[in-house]
Parts: sequence; C-alpha cells; structure tokens
Amino acid sequence: MSNLLKAVEAPVNPNIPELRPGDVVSVHVRIKEGDRERIQEFKGTVIRLRNGGNNQNFTVRRVASNGIGVERTFLLRSPRLDKVVVERHSRVRRAQLYFLRERTGKRARLKQKFD
Amino acid sequence: MIKGLIGKKIGMTQVFDEAGVAYPVTLIEAGPCYVTQVREPSRDGYAAVQLGFSEANPKRLTGGQLGHLKANELPPLRFLREFRAKSMEVAVGDQIKVDVFAVGERVDVVGTSKGKGFAGGVKRYGFRGGPKTHGQSDRLRAPGSRGSGTTPGRVYKGARGAGHMGSDRVTVQSLKVVLVDAERNLIGLHGAVPGPKGGLIMIKEARKQ
Repeated sequence: MSNLLKAVEAPVNPNIPELRPGDVVSVHVRIKEGDRERIQEFKGTVIRLRNGGNNQNFTVRRVASNGIGVERTFLLRSPRLDKVVVERHSRVRRAQLYFLRERTGKRARLKQKFD
Repeated sequence: MIKGLIGKKIGMTQVFDEAGVAYPVTLIEAGPCYVTQVREPSRDGYAAVQLGFSEANPKRLTGGQLGHLKANELPPLRFLREFRAKSMEVAVGDQIKVDVFAVGERVDVVGTSKGKGFAGGVKRYGFRGGPKTHGQSDRLRAPGSRGSGTTPGRVYKGARGAGHMGSDRVTVQSLKVVLVDAERNLIGLHGAVPGPKGGLIMIKEARKQ
C-alpha cells in the first residue's frame, strides 16, 4: 500500500487486543439512539479476520435462540467499537472457520487452547 | 484565487467521520500547481487560467515547453492544463495548493478512464448477447442485427457495435470533499474517480452547486 494511503489511516483502537480465528469474544459497540448513546454487547466466536488498513474487519458468529446462527462483521478501525474482550482461545487449524456454519450443537464446539 | 487543481490518483480507501460512518474515499495527490498563463477575454477571447503540475527533469520537456515556463521563471512542469475562470484574480507564478478546497465542498473531477482495448458490444454497450441454449453455437456474445433489411440495405453510420473502449476523457460531477491535507498535498473525495492509479486528474469547482 502506498505511503499516502497509509497517511489517512485511522488510529488503532488500544482497547482491542490481537484477535485470532476461534477466539470467543465479546464486542462492545457504541450505539446512538437519538441523542442518547449506549453500549451493546455481541458475544460469539471469531470466524474470520481480514486486513487492509481502514477496512480491517472481523466477523463474529453466535448461535441465537432456536439455533439460529447470527454473524456480524465489525470494522476494526471504526470509532464505534468501544472495546473487545477475548474470553478464550480455541485450537483451530484454519484461518476461516466457515465449517462452523454447517455444524450445530456439540459438533460446533471448538477445543480450548490455553497459553 | 482560482478553484482548480491538477493531481495524481493515489487509490481508494475508506475513512470514518466523527459519528463512525465509513465513507469510500479516493485519494488524490494534488498540487502544488503554478499559474503558468492567464487567458484574457480581450486578447484570447475567453477567460481561463493555465495551471502546471509535477516538476520534472528539464530534459523530459521540449524546448518549447521549457521556453514557455522559463519566460516566467517557473520550474519545469510536466503537465499543463487550462481551467475556465470567472474572476481573474491571479498572476502568473502564483502557487495553488489543495487548501483552495475545503472539506464539505462539491467538486467536478476530470480523468482518463481505464483503457479496455477493442471491446465487444456486450461489454461496450450492454448488449444482451444471444441465448445460451436451444441449439445455439457461437452466439453467446454476438450483437445480433445492427440495422434494417433491404431498405436501406446498409448499416447507418454511428450504429453501436464493437470497437475501442475506455481511455476517454470522463467527468464525474459533484463529488464531496471529505479530506484536505495541506501538508501532504492530499485531497480525499467521496466516491470513485475515473482512471487508473497514478492517472492524471483535474479537480474543478462543481458546476451544479
């Protein structure tokens, strides 16, 4: 990437640790309702990370009630992200965990990695 | 001051505003430009300002170009372009930088679109092509008929068909200025700008305000 493109990059959010695919995270997003601001939490597994300056993003998957999968993609450099908390790491063998979409119940678990 | 700049397209990215909304932005390294000539209605029949951009090795320029610039003690500039002007409050030798434009303003942008070479009718004019099935062969991207029958017995001039596409002068109107960085001579416009990265770009005040 050219240096001039880098020059307009937004600062890195210090409240976001390094993420890995398979991490169970809770993402705190600032949400504006009228003139009130509140923080919404979204908890799930990181299934994808994408690089690219201001377009850096990651996708979090969680299974909501009735077994409906919900995926949400967050822009890493967005000022709307308040913080991200990593709750546990998992042992995974690939960078994109799309296979989780086809699995439900116990088969959709990932083995925890301790470090 | 005239509101016009010549620049070089850097590429696209996205930037966030205070509310956290991400905008697609094209970055252009624009200026510093020099006023190299002023066209006056009394002498030239129209009012315009010629700007020069991008200092180059003097060996890269022809003697005529060098002489034109040297007469006013300007540096060797690779690109010269004219901008129509309403008011003529400029003098030859003036420097124009990105800060002539402010964030939130609207501008028109002129560039040269990416060359596509000799392109067929489907790509060039959006022809639908032929059917894929029902016994067809070699008709998938064919243009079909270009004209009438025995009368007039020929294809009218200017009928759409295959031919050279791209490398045209393209103007995009009313792009919003999202970012101005006077230190780096950088200007960011909301949306896409014609041409490849590194292509020459002219930025003007928007016609439709």
